[in-house]
Amino acid sequence: MASNAVADPLVSRPWRVKRRIREAHDTFTLEIESRAGESFPFTAGQFNMLHVHGVGEVPISISSNPAETALIRHTTREVGPVTKAMRKLDAGDTIGVRGPMGVGWPIEAIEGRDVVLVAGGIGLAPLRPALYRLIAEREKYGKIVLLYGTRSPQDILFKHELEHWRAQFDLEIHVTVDRAIGTWRGHVGVVTTLIARAPFDPLETVALVCGPEIMMRYTLMELGRRGVRESDMYLSMERNMKCGIGTCGHCQMGPFFVCRDGPVFNYAQIKWLLGKAEV
Amino acid sequence: MADASDSQSNPPVDPAPSGPDGERKLLRLPDLDRLIGLLRARGFRVIGPTVRDATIMLGDIESAAQLPSGWAERVEAGFYRVERRDDAACFAHRTSPESAKRHLFPPAQKLWRADGSEDHPQPVVEDRSTAPRLAFLGLHACDLAAIAVQDKVFMGGAYVDHVYATHRRGALIIAVQCTSSAPTCFCDSMGTGPHLDGGCDLGMTELIEGGEPVYVVHTGSEEGAQLLAGLAPPPASHAQVVAAEQLVAEAAAHQKRRMQTEGIKDLFYQNYENPRWEEVARRCLTCANCTMVCPTCFCANIEDGTDLSGRLAERRRRWDSCYTLDFSYIHGGSVRYSPMSRYRQWLTHKLATWIDQFGTSGCVGCGRCIVWCPVGIDLTEEVAALRMSARAS
Ligand SMILES: Cc1cc2nc3c(=O)[nH]c(=O)nc-3n(C[C@H](O)[C@H](O)[C@H](O)COP(=O)(O)OP(=O)(O)OC[C@H]3O[C@@H](n4cnc5c(N)ncnc54)[C@H](O)[C@@H]3O)c2cc1C
Ligand code: SF4
Ligand code: SF4
Ligand code: FES
Repeated sequence: MASNAVADPLVSRPWRVKRRIREAHDTFTLEIESRAGESFPFTAGQFNMLHVHGVGEVPISISSNPAETALIRHTTREVGPVTKAMRKLDAGDTIGVRGPMGVGWPIEAIEGRDVVLVAGGIGLAPLRPALYRLIAEREKYGKIVLLYGTRSPQDILFKHELEHWRAQFDLEIHVTVDRAIGTWRGHVGVVTTLIARAPFDPLETVALVCGPEIMMRYTLMELGRRGVRESDMYLSMERNMKCGIGTCGHCQMGPFFVCRDGPVFNYAQIKWLLGKAEV
Repeated sequence: MADASDSQSNPPVDPAPSGPDGERKLLRLPDLDRLIGLLRARGFRVIGPTVRDATIMLGDIESAAQLPSGWAERVEAGFYRVERRDDAACFAHRTSPESAKRHLFPPAQKLWRADGSEDHPQPVVEDRSTAPRLAFLGLHACDLAAIAVQDKVFMGGAYVDHVYATHRRGALIIAVQCTSSAPTCFCDSMGTGPHLDGGCDLGMTELIEGGEPVYVVHTGSEEGAQLLAGLAPPPASHAQVVAAEQLVAEAAAHQKRRMQTEGIKDLFYQNYENPRWEEVARRCLTCANCTMVCPTCFCANIEDGTDLSGRLAERRRRWDSCYTLDFSYIHGGSVRYSPMSRYRQWLTHKLATWIDQFGTSGCVGCGRCIVWCPVGIDLTEEVAALRMSARAS
């Protein structure tokens, strides 16, 4: 690759798929590494533009531990052409990577606070790196509570890891499903119903929220009702993204390029836009 | 232009303005022909106005004979005709559907290819090193302002866009001050013209003497000065210099349309839900013409595809428009579904959010979007109506 190719932010770097892990019937994790052996530092909440040869390129959050910079993971739900093709990739295949992109979760800035993470569906993937960070320095934070809503018990992502964390660390995890099937004896209902009873001190709490936009809106409302300050709520926005670097225009939301100024925003910063339709 | 929220008018006419070389020169049509020849001999691709498809376009020119001498545009909102004028002026165009954007940021660009039959397909970047330098002849002040805006978009951030930067860094600009304005022009109120204020290598003002054009020329760069010296031009007379500046000042004074830019960002930010948007959406066809002709609009799609064998993958970038449904598509549906929200996105971006993003308005007042809108939607009128409606509510 010519040297200018490395510098061109629109050129994908060829990485190698190390492993594909099945997470749920429609969700998989790709573990990938650089063919050039590059180390890949990133912050929790950042994403990559992943390119499947000849098919297309889509933004996918990094779902692995930021402390591990040689092997990184992306957890993806198959919804359409590109994610479908991505699921067909196997160990040894090439995947194009551009990134890391965007602004992630404010992990350092919230030291000393209680942290409530609210995830809906695949929204747990971009929050997992934040959880790794919080756990790594568990003593620096107050209560850590994960509220996670998903469609059915079969759709619960990172199940073993969640169980492990719950056992090993001082971590509250509450999972709810939209539809209970089989032997599920846990909570049923949307994730927002968990907020009212979750054990956290609202004024001490910083909330990190990721999921479908509608779920996030209700979550923020509910957190507000509990007394969490708007300036203490963070959310990760999804928009169409083609460049990831603020030059293609697709991801705009008001004055923000979600790819560059986000995807993680402080709620107080974007509240004026979130309430409006079709911005 | 630096801050669109306080619009400035053009500087007062200096009776004896001076370029860096302190003196203005005089060129005639045959000199322009020599100039084009000189540029081509130096390996430039010369891009200038020329009549094509009953329109004054910007295209490759090899001699001054291809300039639209004696042609003018008659324009209004939603209306464009070329017609004969009774002198031989070459630079009377104002609202060509094309601008320098087409050349600095081409409508379709190959970015790279990768051969999938290899074990590890490596992207091979399109070689742009051999692309000839571009010399633009006949850009106006608003065009230069638009280039300055796109410079910020493509070269002013953390990432430099390779395609744009390659064309832009090699570009030479010979600009023309407008000695008359189209009825759709409002650069004066945007503080972007018609007076040339830097940003070019040579600046010319077209005067008509006995039906023939002559050009009062000033230099704006070392390269421009060298080029001009190669033509050994005589100095322009004091009367010619004064006449030139007078015409430019009159062009500004006679502009019919104005944009009131004061407080414009807040106006938009506070009026996302103004009923006026529904009113304009009833007329807008979401055809995207306005975004295509606008010299600052930069939205693009990045497309990955393969050849028929599926082996050779190629990434291209193509102009895109916020007027399409696909533009804001995310799994589950488009964010901006209604035509109302798409028109609102365009105008709000141009005139308001652009200021937060790039420290400048996204509109330079060229009027192209007014002329090329099939239903004649006029953004100056829309802003005035929004102000009225905001005041009333
Ligand atoms: C910052 C960010 C992080 C994300 N992180 C994850 C993640 O960790 N896991 C996950 O499963 N999903 C994530 N997504 C969503 C993911 O990008 C989409 O599901 C994916 O683009 C869908 O593409 P598709 O071709 O499979 O399906 P479809 O949605 O059917 O797409 C059809 C067409 O639309 C285009 N398209 C759809 N959505 C987008 C988009 N957001 N940007 C650009 N083009 C789009 C596709 O390129 C394709 O050409 C994230 C999105 C964003 C913006
Ligand atoms: S918005 Fe219209 S008037 Fe303004 S620069 Fe673009 S085309 Fe010209
Ligand atoms: S404003 Fe006019 S040119 Fe622009 S999309 Fe609407 S109809 Fe087309
Ligand atoms: S994805 Fe291109 S500007 Fe954000």
